[in-house]
Amino acid sequence: MSDTITKEQIFKPENIVYKKTDLMTDNVLSYCPGCGHGTAHRILMEVIDEMGLQSKTIGIAPVGCSVLAYEFMNVDMQQAAHGRAPALATAIKRLLPDKTVFSYQGDGDLAAIGTAETIHACNRGENFTVIFVNNGIYGMTGGQMAPTTLEGMKSSTSPYGRDPQSMGHPLKMTELVAQLPGTYYVTRQAVHTPAAVRKAKKAIRKAIELQQQKVGMTFVEVVSNCNSGWKMTPVDSNKWMVENMFPFYPLGDIKVDGKLVKEV
Amino acid sequence: MGKELRLMKGNEAFAEAVIRDGADGYFGYPITPQSEVMEYLMVEKPYEKTGMVVLQAESEVAAINMLYGGAGCGKKVLTSSSSPGMSLMQEGISYLAGSELPCIIMDAMRGGPGLGTIQPGQADYFQVTKGGGHGDYRLIVLAPASVQEMYDFVEISFDLAFKYRNPVIVLTDGAIGQMMEKVYIGEQKVRLTEEEIKEKYPWATLGKTPDRERNIITSLDLDPYRHERHNIKLQKKYKEIEKNEVRYEEINCDDADYIIVAYGTSARISQKSMDIAREKGIKVGIFRPISLWPFPKKALRQLSERVKGILAVEMSAGQMVEDIRMHAVESTPVEHYGRMGGVIPTPNEIVDVIENTFVKS
Ligand SMILES: Cc1ncc(C[n+]2csc(CCOP(=O)(O)OP(=O)(O)O)c2C)c(N)n1
Ligand code: SF4
Ligand SMILES: [Mg+2]
Repeated sequence: MSDTITKEQIFKPENIVYKKTDLMTDNVLSYCPGCGHGTAHRILMEVIDEMGLQSKTIGIAPVGCSVLAYEFMNVDMQQAAHGRAPALATAIKRLLPDKTVFSYQGDGDLAAIGTAETIHACNRGENFTVIFVNNGIYGMTGGQMAPTTLEGMKSSTSPYGRDPQSMGHPLKMTELVAQLPGTYYVTRQAVHTPAAVRKAKKAIRKAIELQQQKVGMTFVEVVSNCNSGWKMTPVDSNKWMVENMFPFYPLGDIKVDGKLVKEV
Repeated sequence: MGKELRLMKGNEAFAEAVIRDGADGYFGYPITPQSEVMEYLMVEKPYEKTGMVVLQAESEVAAINMLYGGAGCGKKVLTSSSSPGMSLMQEGISYLAGSELPCIIMDAMRGGPGLGTIQPGQADYFQVTKGGGHGDYRLIVLAPASVQEMYDFVEISFDLAFKYRNPVIVLTDGAIGQMMEKVYIGEQKVRLTEEEIKEKYPWATLGKTPDRERNIITSLDLDPYRHERHNIKLQKKYKEIEKNEVRYEEINCDDADYIIVAYGTSARISQKSMDIAREKGIKVGIFRPISLWPFPKKALRQLSERVKGILAVEMSAGQMVEDIRMHAVESTPVEHYGRMGGVIPTPNEIVDVIENTFVKS
């Protein structure tokens, strides 16, 4: 292969294969290499960028590994107390109905400490979008059991595996909120392969588009890996996710146009 | 003062003032003895008149975090609650203070601890003036003692909240909230437009426009040195507030031998005690802190130099009295008289205490 491409050629617009959206800042991501959070950030920001919504968007960062989302997303952002993002988003959207508002939350944030805020915001049919990154664990605090941790799954606080008898069963928040009349579009996606990323981005785009029509809550779960918390390599964690997480948290739309499309 | 005169309950006057002052949003959870605030707002439908949002939250935890979201957008937002609800809000209040967000939180105190009682109390003084939530923060605390002040303190509180980017507590109780008095109502103010908010509060998250960097509302900073600088900045602000925002009232203090220090309901009752005592020839005056934080320490100290005794009257086991003791001159005795559990002291009880502890001794 002799025809190496020069720097000048690379910079030519027609040769650009991929350009980072300006809505992602140049700050170095604080996520572990291989973690799904960064990809989820990027596709969300690409959607906001492509829809020309930067100047109208207000995002809420949670408490969790993505607590610093505001360092990476180049939109106006607020950082919420653990689990309270939907309360912030509710008020923002009520006070500024023409803004695009999203909360970005982990599974501990959304499905444990913030369960009440999540369910009530969904039940009131608040017109914002929830991006729910479910990695079945508390990543930030070092891999403790989350409400979403699978049966038998090991974590630092379920070192012999989650025993549902004493530790409860994994909680399917997405199926739960889909049953509430206030949710309009509820879907479960993943970001572990290029094809999955494309699908997840489409789903986020759909959610943000629907938000403009003020039809109710739009809710996108992203099943993701936590290679650090799961104590696996990134590659192994994605494989483990496909084999173990997806059977319990099956991908696909759960509610479309306000109607359940799947038995929950 | 406004021209329109009405007969109103304290809670209603507070709610009416909120509408008239052009508030943008009320978020609350029902709890006696202040549920009339949200009920009044729901009946009045300010969303049709001024566009103000009124929302019943699922809990005080949600309500205080709704304030965070709204305040972060530069909106005039408030909530009202009572002691158990206040306890639930402490995490959110700490975040509001840390992120320097303006808002009003009205606390109609009831007797505690725990579920306590729905009757009036003043035992949240420590919670609102000393902390309650985590971290080194201060709240501006105003204590109305009449229905008129329940009305007037809304405007003052919003002004202070935005001037200093800090939560303001209106500390009251069921007696002030439920009693009816005449009240002068002000003109209807127009709510700020988004453009005006942008202009006045450039920090507000209203959407990142090309003319500025993105706005971030957060209380987090993982760099300890930078975070210490943030804390130092907060402390400077609190010093500034202590310098500028002390409020108090002195009644018949000029010739007084004895001073009752009391706020809110206790101050109202003590006024009657003062009259009874003066009829008996005991020269009693009242020093009423209006701002509980910043506490009027200088004025109290000066007064303490001139009198023979100070009696703190509180509906608690003795909370404000600690601040009085800290600032009064040592040579003047400071005593405390309090009722607890929702019991309101009678004017004669207080006179008896003055006679027994100061006059006869
Ligand atoms: C009130 C409160 N309790 C506990 C914590 C500690 N904490 C920080 S992040 C976290 C769990 C986050 O897990 P998750 O939401 O799943 O996010 P992830 O890091 O996995 O993305 C906990 C318990 C906190 N910050 N605040
Ligand atoms: S701890 Fe887990 S969730 Fe957090 S950044 Fe690392 S891999 Fe991602
Ligand atoms: Mg998690």
